[in-house]
Parts: sequence; C-alpha cells; structure tokens
Amino acid sequence: MAIIIFLIFVVFVIGLSLYLGNKAKTSSGYYAAGGKIHWGVNGIAFAGDYLSAASFLGICGMIATVGYDGFLYSIGYLAGWIVALFVVAEPLKRLGKYTFTDAVDANYNSRGIKLAAAISTLVVSICYLIPQMVGAGVLVEPLLGIPHSWGVIMVGAIVITIVATAGMASTTYVQFLKGSLLIIFSTVLVGAVVIRGLSTQPDQSGKVPYYEYTQHAATKTGDQYTVDEAGWNVVEQKEIKGGLVFLKLDHEDKETWWYASESDGVTLLKETQSVVAKSDGKWINGSPASATNQLRQVGNLEKIAGDGGVETGSLSVFEFLSLLTDKDTSVRTWKTANFVDAAGEKVTVYYPQIVSGDRIMRPGLKFKVEGTLLERLDFLSLMLALFLGTAALPHILIRYYTVPSPASARKSTIVAIASIGFFYILTLFMGLGAMVNGVINPADSNMAAPLLARSFGELLFAIISAIAFATVLGTVSGLIVAASGAVAHDLMDRYLKVKMDDRQKVTAGKISAFVIGGIAILLGILFKGMNVTFLVGLAFAVAASANLPAITMLLFWKKTTARGIAASIVVGIVASLGLIAFSPDLYTLYGLNPLDAPIPFSNPGIISIPLSFITLVVVSLLTQKAEIAKA
Amino acid sequence: MLHEPATPAGKDPAGPYKMRLGIRMFIFYALFYASFVAINLLSPATMAKIVFAGLNLATVFGFSLILVALIEALVYDWLCRKKETELEHTEHRHKKSTTQGKGKR
Repeated sequence: MAIIIFLIFVVFVIGLSLYLGNKAKTSSGYYAAGGKIHWGVNGIAFAGDYLSAASFLGICGMIATVGYDGFLYSIGYLAGWIVALFVVAEPLKRLGKYTFTDAVDANYNSRGIKLAAAISTLVVSICYLIPQMVGAGVLVEPLLGIPHSWGVIMVGAIVITIVATAGMASTTYVQFLKGSLLIIFSTVLVGAVVIRGLSTQPDQSGKVPYYEYTQHAATKTGDQYTVDEAGWNVVEQKEIKGGLVFLKLDHEDKETWWYASESDGVTLLKETQSVVAKSDGKWINGSPASATNQLRQVGNLEKIAGDGGVETGSLSVFEFLSLLTDKDTSVRTWKTANFVDAAGEKVTVYYPQIVSGDRIMRPGLKFKVEGTLLERLDFLSLMLALFLGTAALPHILIRYYTVPSPASARKSTIVAIASIGFFYILTLFMGLGAMVNGVINPADSNMAAPLLARSFGELLFAIISAIAFATVLGTVSGLIVAASGAVAHDLMDRYLKVKMDDRQKVTAGKISAFVIGGIAILLGILFKGMNVTFLVGLAFAVAASANLPAITMLLFWKKTTARGIAASIVVGIVASLGLIAFSPDLYTLYGLNPLDAPIPFSNPGIISIPLSFITLVVVSLLTQKAEIAKA
Repeated sequence: MLHEPATPAGKDPAGPYKMRLGIRMFIFYALFYASFVAINLLSPATMAKIVFAGLNLATVFGFSLILVALIEALVYDWLCRKKETELEHTEHRHKKSTTQGKGKR
C-alpha cells in the first residue's frame, strides 16, 4: 500500500507540472510564475520551500538522538524569517526581477556583481541541494527497497522533469500542496504520539515485540575484563579514544560486541548492536546480514518519573513534555563507535547510554555549551548563521518575485512564519516521540519521523513518506530553478550578453536545470550517511556569508559601491567554504583524523559573516571616488 | 532602475516608515534571540530550571521565540497596513484638493 500511495502522489505531482507547463513559455512565467501567485498560496509555498528534508527528516532525527539540541535548529531556522520580513521582503521585491542577482545589481549595472552574485547563487544552491538529495536517498531506500544511489537518481530525474516542464509555476503549486499536507499530517502524527503516551517497553502498537537488551556483571583485573557468568568468554578487548572499552564475547559459538561501563565500582557489560565488514560480507549482531537479520530499531524510556509505572496511557501535550523533562525520567539513547578489530575488520558498534530527562531537554548533548571556549564559539557561530542565513537563500529570495506587489511579499512572509513556526513546534514532539518509541534506525537518524509514522500503521507511513518525498522534490525543484536562473539569466543573458529571444532564454534555463540536476545526483550519492540538517546548517552559513552583507548594506548604507558588493560576495563564499573544507567534520568525511583539522570548529559563520561585512565596507570606502567618476 | 521588476510596483509613500519600523522590530527580536543564545552559553544549567507547567526554561524560551516572531509579524503587518491606508487617504485628499483648486482657477 505504501508504494501505491507513494506512486499516486508522484504521478499527481508530475501531472500537475505538465498541466502548468503552458505558463512557462516566457521568462517571466518560467522564473517568476508570471508574478501572479496569491500571497496566501505563496506563503504556504514558502513553507513548502523551507520545510525541506533538513527540517522534516534531519531535525526530527537529530531531536530523536540528541534531544533539545536538535530543536535549536528549529528555533534558529524560524528566527531567520524575522530578518526576511523586517529587513529584506519588500525592498527586495521592489528591486528585483527574477533572481537574487537582479536585486543586488539593480542600482549598479555592474558586471562584477552579476558574476559574483550568480556564482554565489550557484554555490549556495548546490550546498543546499546536497542534503536534500541525501534525504531523498534515505527515504526511498526503505520505502521502495532500492539502494540509496538509485533513490537519489530517481529523485533527480523526477525533479528535472518538474522543473523542465513548468519552472516556477509548477514548483509553487507543488510546494503549496506539500507544505499544506506536511503541516496537516505532522499534526496528526503528533496527536497519535501523545494519545499513545509513554512506555518503557514500546512495541509499536503490538507490531514489533519490545527487545530487552541484556547486561552481564564483569570483573576488571588491571586492564583485563572477565565475565562473571559462565559460558561467556572474552575473545577480544578494544579500547578506543575517549577511554571507551568494547569487548568481543563468545557465547554458544556466536561472537558479539559488548560495551564496558562502570558505575559505583560495579563493572557491567552492556549489549550493543554491531556491524562488521568481513571478507564474506556484512555481519550484523554476530550473524551474516540478511532480510531478517538487520539492525534493530532502538530508543526507549528506561524509567518514567512519578508513579506512571511502565506505561502512562494518553497524555496532554504539556504532560508529554513535562514527563520527558523530569530528572527522574531516563531515556536509553544510542551512540556510535567505529574501530578496526584484531582481524583488521572494520567494526561499527551502536552502544546504549542512559540519559536523564533533564539532560535530554536542555542544550548540551550535541553542542558543547559547557565545553571549551572554541566549542562554545562553534555553537554561537551556528546560531548566528541560522539567524542570518534564511534571508540570504536564493530559492527563498526568488519566491518574492512570484507575487504581484511588495505588500503581497510582506503578507506571504507572515503566512510563512505562522505555518513554519507551527511546524517547528511539532518537530519537538515528533523527534521526542521517535526517541522513546523504539523507531530509530541506529545507523541513520534521518528516517526517525517516517519510521515513527510506521509505528502507527502502514497508511500513515505511506502518507508521511510520500509527503517527505514531495518535500525533497519541492525543495530541490526550487533550488534548481534558482540555480538555473543564475546560469541562464544572470550569467548567459546578463553577464555574457548572449543574444537570445524569450523562448531561447527559457530553453537555456531548462538545459541548465538538467545539468545542475545531474550534479545534484552525484553529490547526493557522495555525501550519503551525513545528517541532513547538519549539512543544511553549513549551507546557511555560506548563504549568510556570501549574500546577506550585500543585501543589507545596499539597502541601508548609501556609500555601498558595486565593487564593495562584488568583493564581499567573493570573500563570503571563499571564507565560508574554506573554513568548512578544513573543519573537523569534513576531515571525518575525508576519512582523516578530525583532530588533525587545521580549523578547530565546524561552523564558519562567526568568522566569514563579519569578514564579508568588513570587506564590503573597506572596498566601498576605497572605491568611492572611482565609482562617482564612472557615474 | 536598469531593468523592470517581474511586476512593477508603484511609489510607496509608506516605505521610509516601514523601514524604520522594521529595523526597530528586528532589533527587539535580535536582542531576544541573543539573550537566549547568551543564557545557553553563559549559564546552561539555568536552561534546565522548571518555569511553567513542568516545562523547563529551554522549552519555554524556545517556544516563546517562535510565538514572539509570529506576534511581531502580525503587529508589523497591522501597523504597515494602517500607515499605508492613512497615507493613501492623505494623497487622495491632496489630489482632490489640487484638482478642485485647478477647476476654480
């Protein structure tokens, strides 16, 4: 049934695109839907654009694994709309035609701005495309049972079809549809979560029996461990960085990995889940991987505060949150460790950690707010980029050109804030619901929300998956429209002045969409496995560094010059991408030791955003006379 | 302007008022957001304190940031519309009186 509902949805979306294709015969129709979209529709379409794979899949997945720290993304993403509404919306609508470049170049007619802004749009769009494509892959894998790479290729092909048929008009209506459905069905899912209540032995409404993880007492002599229970023998002992110790135990000819923990002088070996890459294939939990032997879904409450026992029954939304916030409630969360065993085989171990409710529901599990100065600055940098990034995202900015007036731009932003804000409140409930309902895939947190839906039945899973898929389709479509506009309109038409009639301009846009879609497919395959909201956070930092100084200073500082804008965009792109490329997280992706990374933090905004502003001011002051003379 | 917008926008007499108002409201929200980030960084334990209906400061502050954004947005729109209407009437009256004045001459 899941596949049928999913396919109906995809066919409907493509059908809508073909139907709307007749609106895309002119540049205005292709890039700005003729500027005739109603502000209410555009507001929900904004939500559709914005509530991407990062919001739905990534944030829910992050909350499900690290609690409140994931919700910080929701807060930052929403706060960014304040910058869009109060600073950017109406002036940008007045200045621009189809693209971000049009707006920043409106008062200058500078080749430097055209080139820099077009490159910036391309870079930011591609940075933002990566997590969407990664999200597409993880979504399609369990739904259709096809490999991640085929999922990415399928999404790429559908999106190219959507964009190449109808451009912004079709993208807008797909986004409107998807934004509305996402909010409605997320509300349904949250309702189901609080009605089900909390349990220490979640069994997905009786569908998946609760698995009780075991532990054994052990004795530690020097550095060596022995299991107290007969029949269990230590085969191998592995200590990894951070002092974590894992033991390979043999029991009835089956070898499994256990996590050694010590508390109050008692040594316990806790059952883990493991994936070992052997020469004859992947082994999971001590046996060869197969259709029936996969990683178990995890996440449950160890203890519920008060006298609720093992199950609470239905709760109100406040009761749900307050019980999870209580220090007497504890949650079994799962962490990951990677190492190579004595046989030279790569081992990934997923091991349990018991965390109290009051730790889950405050910052600190992911972001080291109590860590070193650098770790705190990294957190500050992320929150800065989230706040300033929204108003600088090209696929959001071009949506201001689809409405008929500046007042409509303002009103559609308000509709967006209302719908997006409501959705972000829901993410906290969905993420926490996944955390305690035994639905998290320990190898990939991105599927937490759809798997939570599956625990309530195949129908809700099919609908939520189809919407999540449309989420990816819609956002990727918007990004490809923005990026193809940068190539065909900004670079070919306005910068290189290639002579094209209106129809040829649309064709150029469609060919660009095809090429950019191909690049997105490749990157989506390469970046498999990374949390999508983390990747989007980086895209926000690049957007805020490259575009925001240019937009705000041209609106509010009369001494801004064309060269100042072009220089700030280039410095913003180079600085943010450079800092990301040499950060610990990217070193991990390259397969290098993150401690060797020359840049000690992962979020570049705190350096690259001020640097871009300073560049604009300094270059503008230095080029005042030159530009006055030119004028 | 060197090339036309997708749909031409007429003169906006309320523009300077809206810009001033927008900046003030932006500064207010930015300070609110900054105080949230500052508490997280300077006194993270404060975020764990229960402040309302069993919810801690982290949750209440987070929800407040979302709600205040919406309230500010609605207030901003209301004030902008009020000013736009007011200035439209003033302009309309001014045009009318100018036309009548010309007629008398």
